[in-house]
Amino acid sequence: MSSDRISVMVTAGSREQLQMAAMVASVGAVSGNDVTVFVSMNAMKFFVKDSTEKAPADGEMGVLLEEKNAPDFKELFSQAVEYGDAKIFPCSMAVDIMGLKQDDLESFVSEPLGLTAFLGDASEGQVWHF
Amino acid sequence: MSERKIVDAKNTFCPGPLMELIGQMKMAEIGDELEILSTDQGSAADIPEWINKVGHEMVETSENDGVWHIVVKKIK
Repeated sequence: MSSDRISVMVTAGSREQLQMAAMVASVGAVSGNDVTVFVSMNAMKFFVKDSTEKAPADGEMGVLLEEKNAPDFKELFSQAVEYGDAKIFPCSMAVDIMGLKQDDLESFVSEPLGLTAFLGDASEGQVWHF
Repeated sequence: MSERKIVDAKNTFCPGPLMELIGQMKMAEIGDELEILSTDQGSAADIPEWINKVGHEMVETSENDGVWHIVVKKIK
């Protein structure tokens, strides 16, 4: 099985973008790739533990995703970690600026990572941004 | 032969059925067969792709009344 590195940067806070990022991360990870996800900006709040806020739809597709019972993006990120050993890192700047601690984040989220380290990780393989 | 386990993933969309299959595959024994049911045509194409990529055995696939049945044997 071929193994490639896939780096996914997630910054958008819309349902469509989060869904597509979660799909790339989960399918990539369960297909034997070494997946690293870096979460920052408006995406960050959706990785806070027990947050009930729903990601707003950008357009029709986001509405349909919910109506048609597409998999929940958080569940997909969690499965990327559980089934495919993906690593999901919160951006250390986002964590600091929002005043978050590790305990405030979902259990499938790793410890905060700086941009320098992520860019180092992303220097080989595929890089995706949502 | 081991019993074939049915994984009902109807009425969700890609990659939901694939993830459900993988969750069940983790718990299955080598040699077990799993039959995944999906109403999502994308998954019907994508799941065999995954099976080939990770090296399990594709047993058979069929469609009946809008439900795809994909049978996979756990190899490792």
